[in-house]
Amino acid sequence: MKRLLKIEFQKLLKNRASKFLIISYFILLSFIALIASIKFEFGTFRLHIAEQGIFNFPYIWHFNTYIAGYFKLFLAIVIVSMMANEYTYGTLKQNLIDGMSKKEFILSKFLTVIVFALASSIFIFIMSLILGYSFSSYTEFGIVFSDLEYILGFFLKLVGFFSFCLFLGILVKRSAFALGFLLIWNIAEGIISALLRWKIFPDTNTYAKINQFFPLESMSNLIKEPFSRLSAIKNIETTITGEEAIRDYSIHFGEIAIVCVWTAIFIYLSYYILRKRDL
Amino acid sequence: METILTISNLNKIFNKRVHAVKNVSFEIYKGNVYGILGPNGSGKSTTLGIVLNVVNKTSGDYKWFNGNLPTHDALKKVGAIIERPNFYPYMTAEENLKLVCKIKEIPYSKVNEKLDLVGLIDRKDSKFRTFSLGMKQRLAIASALLNDPEILILDEPTNGLDPQGIRQIRDLIKLIASQGTTILLASHLLDEVEKVCSHVVVLRYGEMLYHGSVDGMLSNEGFFELKSDNNTHLKETLLNHPSIDSIKEEEEDKLFVYLKDSLEANELNKYLFEKGIILQHLVKRKNSLEEQFLQLTNKN
Repeated sequence: MKRLLKIEFQKLLKNRASKFLIISYFILLSFIALIASIKFEFGTFRLHIAEQGIFNFPYIWHFNTYIAGYFKLFLAIVIVSMMANEYTYGTLKQNLIDGMSKKEFILSKFLTVIVFALASSIFIFIMSLILGYSFSSYTEFGIVFSDLEYILGFFLKLVGFFSFCLFLGILVKRSAFALGFLLIWNIAEGIISALLRWKIFPDTNTYAKINQFFPLESMSNLIKEPFSRLSAIKNIETTITGEEAIRDYSIHFGEIAIVCVWTAIFIYLSYYILRKRDL
Repeated sequence: METILTISNLNKIFNKRVHAVKNVSFEIYKGNVYGILGPNGSGKSTTLGIVLNVVNKTSGDYKWFNGNLPTHDALKKVGAIIERPNFYPYMTAEENLKLVCKIKEIPYSKVNEKLDLVGLIDRKDSKFRTFSLGMKQRLAIASALLNDPEILILDEPTNGLDPQGIRQIRDLIKLIASQGTTILLASHLLDEVEKVCSHVVVLRYGEMLYHGSVDGMLSNEGFFELKSDNNTHLKETLLNHPSIDSIKEEEEDKLFVYLKDSLEANELNKYLFEKGIILQHLVKRKNSLEEQFLQLTNKN
């Protein structure tokens, strides 16, 4: 396993573009901390984001993992191109000839995905801990380490998403087309869910029940938007609608299971394609 | 003799239509230099692709080292380059070879030695993408030799190279062969094969036409080149001889006389002299590998 990771990281880190994207990704992640310094002043109205409670434990786990989720696209590019490059350079063929098995090849890519997801989760964990201790109103041990399932959710969301990217890289063999495919897939999921919602099952909740099984939807479902949870926004909403909306923000076992199943499907399909294809 | 590779009844059908390899069987023994000959599209690369784990076979079987190892582990003891050199363009020559060492699970100790062997030691810190095709091909050979392989497989190693490049690669192959490494060389360049190989496998449309030693392929009856003042008379006389199969008239009024049985030059000379024909020109020749190959592949 160490050997496979060593091979993969040599391939990644000697590549200037990949290295640049990986470093940018972590730098951008740490920019979440800069949100703390956002301050508005309009005459008497003062808004200091850090004082709005977004860095309060345990809400910070939810908020940071949700925001960090947007940056995953950087690593997605790295992963798609790490796979597609093996085809364009012909090095996949050479790796196999040199004595790597097809299983080892997929495993080395999957391990890289795990390492990326793990590194991101640890990074976010440490950063949130630091931000939280600097700004949170509550720093009791029991509160700080509650709701940590968001970190787990973040990890699984990344593993699932990156596995999807890996699969697209193998399927399409060209980075640009694979990323295009990802975009089209995203749009297609949106269209299908809109059709389900407005045309096929109007006025019911059925669409959401089907929707949650789509790969990208299931991944974004793991960590739901955290903004409506903020007291300021909740107050505005309550004022407008006249009643308090009740939402469920927690991560459910079923949602985790769906993402895990998709991950398994994508990795197995990648292996299947590689085994069946003549290079 | 130690068997390195056994191929038995191998078949490959692409897309359910193209039958690229038909029932090919042969064995590779340690210490020999093998050539796989065949025109373009005769299934050479497909056959090699199958035994190298990059093309899936349709039926049949192959075994590396008597089948004691799984294919991917066996390939760690094989050095192979196919068609064009495949490396990571953004890595230097040395980094690329170190990566191969990691894949093959061998120490880095041979990297410099092999770079030296192929004459790239001065360019080891240059990125692969800056190399000329000849240098890329030589790096590929260095990479294939990293593990001091039991067998070196080369698929069209001189394809696309300039004359100097071809010469360098050919000298390198000869050098490697002289050190006792088993080599399997696929090529459609016959003089290349004739110069370095001891054994040949001839393929055409995926079928194996010949399998054996180069000498065996060349040791047919041979033919004569004859010329006299009156070729018509000569021709008539020759056709009466029992050992003669056919006669072709070729350039410069020479007759090419093909034989059924063995016939020595002095016997033929004596026979013709007794019939009153005095020859201006008499040469007994054997087919070159090229002529033999063309004869073999043009049949039926």
